[in-house]
Amino acid sequence: MDIHEYQAKELLAGFGVPVPRGSVAYSPDQAVYTATELGGWHWAVKAQVHSGARGKAGGIKLCKTYHEVDAAARELLGKRLVTIQTGPEGKPVQRVYVEVAEPFERELYLGIVLDRKAERVRVIASAEGGMEIEELAHSAPEKIMQVVVEPAVGLQAFQARQIAFGLGLSIKQVSRAVTAIMGAYRAFRDLDATMVEINPLVVTKDDRVLALDAKMSFDDNAMFRQRAVADMRDPSQEDPREVQAAEHNLNYVGLDGDIGCIINGAGLAMATMDTIKYAGGAPANFLDVGGGASPERVANSFRLVLSDKNVKAILVNIFAGINRCDWVAQGVVQACNDIDITVPLIVRLAGTNEEEGRRIIRDSGLPIISADSLTEAAQKAVDAARAHAAS
Amino acid sequence: MSILINEKTKIIVQGFTGDKGTFHAKEMIEYGTNVVGGVTPGKGGTTHLGKPVFNTVADAVAATGAEASITFVAPAFCADAIMEAADAGIQLVCSITDGIPAQDMMRVKRYFMRYPKERRTLMVGPNCAGIISPGKAMLGIMPGHIYKQGNIGIVSRSGTLGYEAAAQMKQLGIGVSTSVGIGGDPINGSSFLDHLMKFQEDPDTHAVVMIGEIGGPQEAEASAWVKENMKKPVIGYVAGLTAPKGRRMGHAGAIISAAGDSAAEKSEIMRSFGLTVAPSAGELGSTVASVLAKL
Repeated sequence: MDIHEYQAKELLAGFGVPVPRGSVAYSPDQAVYTATELGGWHWAVKAQVHSGARGKAGGIKLCKTYHEVDAAARELLGKRLVTIQTGPEGKPVQRVYVEVAEPFERELYLGIVLDRKAERVRVIASAEGGMEIEELAHSAPEKIMQVVVEPAVGLQAFQARQIAFGLGLSIKQVSRAVTAIMGAYRAFRDLDATMVEINPLVVTKDDRVLALDAKMSFDDNAMFRQRAVADMRDPSQEDPREVQAAEHNLNYVGLDGDIGCIINGAGLAMATMDTIKYAGGAPANFLDVGGGASPERVANSFRLVLSDKNVKAILVNIFAGINRCDWVAQGVVQACNDIDITVPLIVRLAGTNEEEGRRIIRDSGLPIISADSLTEAAQKAVDAARAHAAS
Repeated sequence: MSILINEKTKIIVQGFTGDKGTFHAKEMIEYGTNVVGGVTPGKGGTTHLGKPVFNTVADAVAATGAEASITFVAPAFCADAIMEAADAGIQLVCSITDGIPAQDMMRVKRYFMRYPKERRTLMVGPNCAGIISPGKAMLGIMPGHIYKQGNIGIVSRSGTLGYEAAAQMKQLGIGVSTSVGIGGDPINGSSFLDHLMKFQEDPDTHAVVMIGEIGGPQEAEASAWVKENMKKPVIGYVAGLTAPKGRRMGHAGAIISAAGDSAAEKSEIMRSFGLTVAPSAGELGSTVASVLAKL
C-alpha cells in the first residue's frame, strides 16, 4: 500500500525525522490560508498523487506570493497529473501540500528497503540526492552506500554514523543526519513499511537536515496491525476496478488486452496470461479467484471482468485443488444465467471432480466453449476473441 | 526415495482443530501420511480425527517424536507458531498460511539461526501448497490424485502451476519423486536452491522442474548453482511474461521492482546457465518428456 507525501512526512516526523513545516489543502483558499499560517517567504505547492517524478511533470510549484500559491493550487487541484510513473491516464490531484520552501546547500538520498536477497532491511544512501537511485546504481554504483540491518537488534547508531560520515557531512550535520536515519528506520520497522525513500534529504545553510520529499510503501499483509496507516489509503489513486475487486476480496490487475481471465492461483493466472500471448492474443486482466471459488465469487469475477469494455472473450481456467470443479461449474452456469454475457466464454476445468464439472457445463445447454488443456484453452480464447471482434 | 518427507515421517498439524486444519489433516491422513497428532493451545488432552491434541509443540514432540509440522494458523499468529516448532526441535515446518507480514518472516528466519546447523529447522512456505512425495506422504493442500509416483522433482513458487506441471506429466506417464511449493511471498522459509540441493542428493530423482515467477533474485541464484553443481537436468519456467512493472500479481512477492525481476530476464538467465526452459506453461510436461528422452 502506498500513501501520499504529506502522510509519509507526518509519520516520519512522529519518529523524529525533521521535515519542513507544511500542511495539506483541499482548495485554493485553504492553500493560501495555510501559507499565511505557515509564514515565511517562499512556499512549495505540491500535488499529492501516488507517484514519483512529480516535479518534472509540473506537479510541484515554487511560489513567492500568496497570489502565486492561489494560482498554483488552482492549476493543480482537480487535474490529473501525468508523470513517467503514472501511465498516460495520470492520477487525480485532490489535495495539495503547501510547505515552507527552505533554501538548502546539499541534496542527499536516503532509502530503506526490504532486501529480498539478504532477507534483511537495507539502508541505502548517496550524496547524489534528487537523482533516481536506479539510475545511479547503473551509472555510478560506487557512489551508493549501504548497510544491512541485523533483525535481532535493529539498526545501530554506528551504522547510521558510517553513512553520515560517508556522505561527507560536517560533525554538526552528522549527528542530525543520524537522528534522521535512525528515525526513518524506526518508522520502517514499527509501521511495517516495505520502503521509505527520502529523496532528497537536504542540508540547509544553518546545518539542519530535512526530509524535503518522502515516499513510503507498506506491507499489505501487516495492515491488520497498522490501522492508522491503513486508514491513510486513498482509493482515488488506484484503478477503480482494482478497488472494486478488493471489496470482493479478489485479486485483479487491469491490462490492455481483450481476453478477460478468471483463474485460480496467482501463478497459474500469470501463466495463463502468458499462454494467451504465446497463442497470439493479449490478456485484459489478471484475476485470481482464489481457493474457495463459491458461485458468488465466480459471479463477482464475471462482473468485474466484463466492466472492462475491451473484453472480447472470457477464459475461465481452474485447476482445482481445494476447489472442486463441479462447484466452479455450477458457479459459471449460475453466473451465465444471472449476467448477460455477450462475449464468447471458454472454460477449462482440471483437478478435483473435473469429469463432473465438465458434465455440468455440457448439460447446461449454454454456448460455452470447453477446453481440456491450458494450451487448447488459450488458443480457443484467442480464436474466439478474434471472431467476436470481427462480427 | 524422495526428499523432505516419506511414509514414515511423523507429522503434527499446528492449528489442528480449526476448519482448515481439520479439512486438510483429514485429506493428508486419507492419503496415507503418518499424522501423529496436532497442536491447538487450550485443547490439549483431547482427541481429534482419532489423533491426540496437545497444547504446545514441545508436548507433542515429547509424546509422539514428531519430526515435521504443517501450520494452518492465522497470519497474525503464524510466525509465533513456526518459532515454537523450531524451538521444539521440529526439523521441517511447512506453512500454508497466506498473509504473514514480511518483517515477521525476517524474524522467523533470524530465529532459526540460533540453532546449530545440524538441528536447524527447514521451513517450506509460507503461502504455498506444501510438499508431496507421491504414494508416500502429503504435507500440504494439493489434490493428491494428480501426482503419479516417479523420478522427477518439482519445485514451484505457485501451487496451481505446480499442479499443472504434475498433471501434464502424469498424462505423459511421467511421475514425481517429490513436489515442493516454496510459496509466493517475498521472503520464503527455503529457496529453490535449498531444494535443488536436496534433489541432487536424492538417487531416485532423475531431473527437476523449477517453476518460478516474477520478482526476487531466487531463480537466478538457483540457476547459477545449477550450472556449477547440478548433475541432473533442470527444466525451468517463469510465469509473468505479460505482467506489468511495479504491479503486484496476486502473490505478495510477485512484483517486478528491480532489474532481473521480470519473467523475460529470468528465463534468459535460466537458459544462459544451461536449463531447458519450457516455451509456455502448456508445454511443461512435453518439455520434461523431451529432456528425459535425451537421457
